[in-house]
Amino acid sequence: MNTPKNINLLFAFLSGLILLFIVGPLIGMMLDTPLSDIYETGKEKEVTDSIVLTLGASFLGTLFFAIGAIPFAYLLARKEFRFKRLISGIIDIPVVIPHSAAGIALLGFVSRDSVLGKAADSMGFSFVGHPIGITTAMAFVSLPYLINAARNGFESVPVRLEKAALNLGASSFKMFFSISLPLAWRSILSGLIMMFARGMSEFGAVVIIAYHPLTTPVMIFERFGAFGLKYAQPVALIFIAISLMVFIVLRWLSGKNVHA
Amino acid sequence: MLELKNINLSFGEFSIFDINLQLDKGDYFVLLGPSGAGKSVVLELIAGILSPNSGQLFLNREDITRKRIQERSVGLVFQDFALFPHLNVFQNIAYSLKIKRWKKERIAERVAELANQMDIAHLLQRNTRDLSGGEKQRVALARTLALSPELLLLDEPLASLDIQLKKELRSQLRKLHKMGQTIVHVTHDFEEAILLADKIAIFNQGKIVQQGLKAQVFSQPKSEFVAHFIGVKNYFLVSKTEENTLEIEGKIKLRCKKEISKRATIQAVMIHSGDISLNRISESQAEHTENVFSGTLVDVYPAFRGYELLIDIGMPLVVNISHKQFLQMEFAEGSRLECTISAENIQIIE
Repeated sequence: MNTPKNINLLFAFLSGLILLFIVGPLIGMMLDTPLSDIYETGKEKEVTDSIVLTLGASFLGTLFFAIGAIPFAYLLARKEFRFKRLISGIIDIPVVIPHSAAGIALLGFVSRDSVLGKAADSMGFSFVGHPIGITTAMAFVSLPYLINAARNGFESVPVRLEKAALNLGASSFKMFFSISLPLAWRSILSGLIMMFARGMSEFGAVVIIAYHPLTTPVMIFERFGAFGLKYAQPVALIFIAISLMVFIVLRWLSGKNVHA
Repeated sequence: MLELKNINLSFGEFSIFDINLQLDKGDYFVLLGPSGAGKSVVLELIAGILSPNSGQLFLNREDITRKRIQERSVGLVFQDFALFPHLNVFQNIAYSLKIKRWKKERIAERVAELANQMDIAHLLQRNTRDLSGGEKQRVALARTLALSPELLLLDEPLASLDIQLKKELRSQLRKLHKMGQTIVHVTHDFEEAILLADKIAIFNQGKIVQQGLKAQVFSQPKSEFVAHFIGVKNYFLVSKTEENTLEIEGKIKLRCKKEISKRATIQAVMIHSGDISLNRISESQAEHTENVFSGTLVDVYPAFRGYELLIDIGMPLVVNISHKQFLQMEFAEGSRLECTISAENIQIIE
């Protein structure tokens, strides 16, 4: 019979394999890419422009959609209403469908022939092939991360704290901004980071809405398709490094915020 | 000052029925009852957190049934204090004042005044998560009193405190009451009601089963439930059989004082468990003299001052004895005992 020690050893071994599976390809790519290639690629304007576009589009999309997503998450956490389970299911759809299919669906919604597309046309821009289209595609596939995290955050705020605030004279708005939002902030920030990270790494939906201007995931695909693995690796490495840095900094900031 | 008229409310499987209450300014009103009886729901109704399905609430003769929670001048202290964990003690107390847009200096003055009154001036910059139960309770009280509500509602305010802190907080609440604060206090502990209340309402299963002045409720419990809930251990429904004699469950005959037995409406009797005298007897000695009953000791519980004995005399009788008497008489479960109940100690419930 297995003793706990044996089980721990087995589990540690399996965990090691999984960790290796995650880290192995990344380390392999790092070892396989000469530093000089990375340096030269990093100097290309096309690459830096693409990285700025990718981070910027995801960041702005996260901020813009948070304005609606956070109150939506609060409603889901606090109110009971008809079709609530159905609506909760709908929110998760972008996560479970193929992202290229999501892109096709979204394209139908924002193309020049659609109502939204015509409205955009009248304002002098088009979603298709435009940074706003990229932002929309990124937000479409990454919104569930924010909504679900924020909903969990609001659910963890005791209702009696909100009741206490109301009893102390706060309006519903004041209660939301002074009690519910600050107390759920850790989860919301986590959701914002996840949405941002997921958005900037999106390829499938973005490539259908806007092949150009090139986001970095699309650029990696393009270079791989046109010139091969060796040419795509430096861009991929630079983008992974920047993504990790952004992710670590945001996580650190959110951690600091919690203990403040 | 506050009046609840025919209040009914149902939500989920829980309901409260036909609640009628009346409070005068300066009253200390205790809502007493077991958990889940509906007491806290009544507090939330008064505060405006819940709305009744039917019935009306009046505060100073104004109908506040549909008035917004923020405009009621009613302060509620929650059972677990509900302090805002992301704000320090000062910010918690100042919360309502900031909402009313008081000036900074005025807020600081009011907070300092309340902190001194509650003896928490040294805690103002502390995080609420680092406070003891008693300190949290004082902060919660100070926060609720900041805007001087006309009515202070307390939901089980002493439930989570140890004996020493309970004592201190009780004295704080008495002080507040003496200063003229009208208080509604919810508790399941009848001792709290004895120590603090002017008036009491007893709740059971969503209804008020008895209410009135404290002395009235405690001396004339209307039902066995009320009697047991206010700490009366020996409460028996009786029927009058003959002159001077009351019968309990058709088994036990109690002789009582002549002038009492003339009353026609006797419903029950109450015998204080400390007013029964006890002797050890052997089987052969058991006599059937007036109000002397032989019985068997069923169980012994340690009590606050001595012991509580459960004796079967044909019905369960609870007798309190001192620690000294307990040691002297060497009781054991199954001992045969003689219980004497003096006619003077039989309290009649009409």
